[in-house]
Amino acid sequence: MFNNEMKLEFISKSSNEAFARLTVAAFASQLDPTIEELADIKTAVSEAVTNSIVHGYDKKQGIVKICAWLKENEIIIEISDKGKGIENVEQAKEPLYTTKPNLERSGMGFTIMESFMDTMEVESVVGLGTKVTMSKIIKPKEEKEEDEFKMLMTNT
Amino acid sequence: MESKFYEEDKLLVLKITSEIDDHNVQEIRRKADYEMERYMPKRVIFDFDSVTFMDSSGIGLIIGRYKFANMIGAKLELSNLTRKCKKNF
Ligand SMILES: Nc1ncnc2c1ncn2[C@@H]1O[C@H](COP(=O)(O)OP(=O)(O)O)[C@@H](O)[C@H]1O
Ligand SMILES: [Mg+2]
Repeated sequence: MFNNEMKLEFISKSSNEAFARLTVAAFASQLDPTIEELADIKTAVSEAVTNSIVHGYDKKQGIVKICAWLKENEIIIEISDKGKGIENVEQAKEPLYTTKPNLERSGMGFTIMESFMDTMEVESVVGLGTKVTMSKIIKPKEEKEEDEFKMLMTNT
Repeated sequence: MESKFYEEDKLLVLKITSEIDDHNVQEIRRKADYEMERYMPKRVIFDFDSVTFMDSSGIGLIIGRYKFANMIGAKLELSNLTRKCKKNF
C-alpha cells in the first residue's frame, strides 16, 4: 500500500528543528517536488516539531517522533510527542491563539500547517501527548507542465 | 546578523543571515534589540534578502521588533521579503 516509509526520533532540543525539517524534505524529494512544495513541507514540519518542543515538553526533555510515508504521489507525515497535550484542540487551531504570547509566539503555527499542506489533523490527550498528521499531494512533473501550459493558453 | 548604521540619516540596516526558526530567533531578537538600543536610529531596515527559511517564529519576530522600534521612536521597514516568506502572512 505504501511505496516507502521512514521513522525518526530525536530529543526535544530546538537545534533539532532544522535537522527534522531537512530530513523530511530529503525523504519527500523522492516524489520530485518543486522548490515551493518542498518549502511548504519544511515549514509545516518546522511548525509541528517546534510545537512539540516548545509547548509539548516545555523545558523538559522528551522524544519527538516523526513517521512519514510515500503513497503514490502523496506524502503523509505524522509528528508526535508524549508531552502535556492540548486541552481544547479547536481553540488551539484558531489563528493567533497562543498560550505563550510573552515569548513572541504568533499563534499562527496550526494555521500555517493547514494552509501549506492538503490535510492536517490533530489528536491530543492531556497528560499523554499530541499527534499531528499532515498530507500533501505532489503532482507529477508532467501534470505541472500541463497546468502551466493551460495557464499560458488562457492568459494569451 | 549583520548591522550597519548610517549616522547622517540615523538609519540602521539589520541584515538577517540565518534561517528564521524557533531556534535561531532568540539570537536574532537579542542582537536586533541591542543594536537598536545602541544606535537609537530614526529608521530601521530589516533586510530578509539572505533568509532562505522562515516559519511562524518570524511573524512573532517582526511584530516584536515593530513594537520595540516604536518604543524607541524609530520607524521599521522590511525589505526583500521573498514570496516564500510573504506566504506566511
Ligand atoms: N504539541 C503540543 N503540545 C501541547 N500544546 C500544543 C502543542 N502544539 C500546539 N499546542 C498549543 O496550541 C497553541 C497554538 O499553537 P500554534 O498555532 O503553533 O501557535 P504558537 O506555537 O505560536 O503558540 C499553542 O500555544 C499551545 O498552547
Ligand atoms: Mg507553534
